[in-house]
Amino acid sequence: MTTLPTSTAKKLGLVIDLDTCVGCHACVISCKGWNTENYGAPLSDQDPYGANPSGTFLNRVHSYEIQPKDAPAQLVHFPKSCLHCEDAPCVTVCPTGASYKRVEDGIVLVNEQDCIGCGLCAWACPYGAREMDAEEKVMKKCTLCVDRIYNENLPERDREPACVRTCPSNARHFGDFADPDSNVSVLTRERGGMDLMPEMGTKPVNKYLPPRPKDRDRSEDVDILAPFLEPIATETTGFLGWLDKALDAMPGASKNGGKS
Amino acid sequence: MHPAPSVILFSTLSGLGFGLLAFLGFGMPSATGFVSFVFFTIAYLLAVGGLIASTFHLGHPERALKAFKQWRSSWLSREGICAVAALLVMGIYAIGAIFMGQIWTPIGIIGAILSIGTVFTTSMIYTQIKTVPRWHNVTTPIMFLTICIAGGALLSGEVAIAIPLLAIAGIAQIAHWVLGDKALKNSGTTLATATGLGARGDVRAFEPPHTGTNYLLKEFVHVIGRKHAAKLRILAIVLMVGLPLVLLMMSHSHVLAAFAVLSHLVGVFAARWLFFAEAEHVVGLYYGKR
Repeated sequence: MTTLPTSTAKKLGLVIDLDTCVGCHACVISCKGWNTENYGAPLSDQDPYGANPSGTFLNRVHSYEIQPKDAPAQLVHFPKSCLHCEDAPCVTVCPTGASYKRVEDGIVLVNEQDCIGCGLCAWACPYGAREMDAEEKVMKKCTLCVDRIYNENLPERDREPACVRTCPSNARHFGDFADPDSNVSVLTRERGGMDLMPEMGTKPVNKYLPPRPKDRDRSEDVDILAPFLEPIATETTGFLGWLDKALDAMPGASKNGGKS
Repeated sequence: MHPAPSVILFSTLSGLGFGLLAFLGFGMPSATGFVSFVFFTIAYLLAVGGLIASTFHLGHPERALKAFKQWRSSWLSREGICAVAALLVMGIYAIGAIFMGQIWTPIGIIGAILSIGTVFTTSMIYTQIKTVPRWHNVTTPIMFLTICIAGGALLSGEVAIAIPLLAIAGIAQIAHWVLGDKALKNSGTTLATATGLGARGDVRAFEPPHTGTNYLLKEFVHVIGRKHAAKLRILAIVLMVGLPLVLLMMSHSHVLAAFAVLSHLVGVFAARWLFFAEAEHVVGLYYGKR
């Protein structure tokens, strides 16, 4: 059924910390590895060792530059995967019922046996979270590692999504947003976790923690009152002063006497 | 958006086919026997041919029957059901007209409404897509419906009605272009809202996730051919509306009418290519491509 559940018992999802992500792409690789070897159709590559390689990924890391008005530019690494939206537009457009949102934990999944590969769900997703596999011709997306998080054959510390488990800078956190005291709810509250494209009305479950303000060396900063102070020296003196005047006097020097 | 030939063919041919079926259903012309056989053959070839073309873009066309299940939420599912219903009902009407010399008016009217309904459901597949602001507005269904009805009038030989309808279709198409050009800007979605980083300063895409291309870029960030968009628009509107109008007003000969239909078909095809090629999906923002 591709109508969305009115509410889900749990709201499993990720918190991604843009402050600590170092852009190493380890989450991309562990995701590709786990999801190629386990649940569903493998994530294929086309021309992987050739001149024009491409492939299916459920998680991709972009990098953005922020140029604040009065501070140096800042680089932000930006991992992006399915946000398991509460009002997921990808689910309702599906004509076969292959796309669905689970009532028990809110994970958005694709039943690959029912997928006709029309691609409409990928059109409906604003985040580019769904990719049609060029080999299997079915829609692939993040499963929140549904085959890890409930898997009792794995040691307990491994029962979290592969991207979270592998992240070396702890920039990814997995938990239940329906529980106000969970790790992810607390992080979202304390660090001002935000939605991507809130104007799309998708109500994403995953939250992004904005980068903290950067500290910077202020020892060379000029005091804001400096322009009001009496100037202490108007003319250069000594050797450099003589050199300045001598160079100004040479042919080809600018007409205003070197004063810019 | 990637202008897939199969989808463009489908929307062009089926739109015209269902438009003709609608006119036949309303009894314009209320022909019987061989004349109605020719009309119904043309209509079914266009409508069914378009539907078959549309399955070519599916990854798994052998599972297409599953697509009739989710009519409660999915416009694509509703389109499938509406199309099959229209073809079946109009099939019954056609049997009456061709083989029994009977015009079963109530069945024709139901079939005509279902035929126009099919084109409406097709247009809603695009209109519902919020991620493509150019499509997500009322001009999309109006443009699809007016072109379908004008094409039907043209093909059924209802010249007196076809002339004003073609003019209206042309206005609807131009309105879709004019409003569409501002749609992405007016939607308020930018790289700043996409990343949530806008409050901190100007955001610029610094490095893409991969050096190569991917499904998202191929499907949603089509930019080839945009430089000719203005010329193609003029060409599309002249062929779709302008030339057929001139031909229809010149005389009522069958040869000129055939040229008018052909010109209209090529014009709609060009306009539908632009419909996809010019559509900007917001995912392109993440790649700094808008």
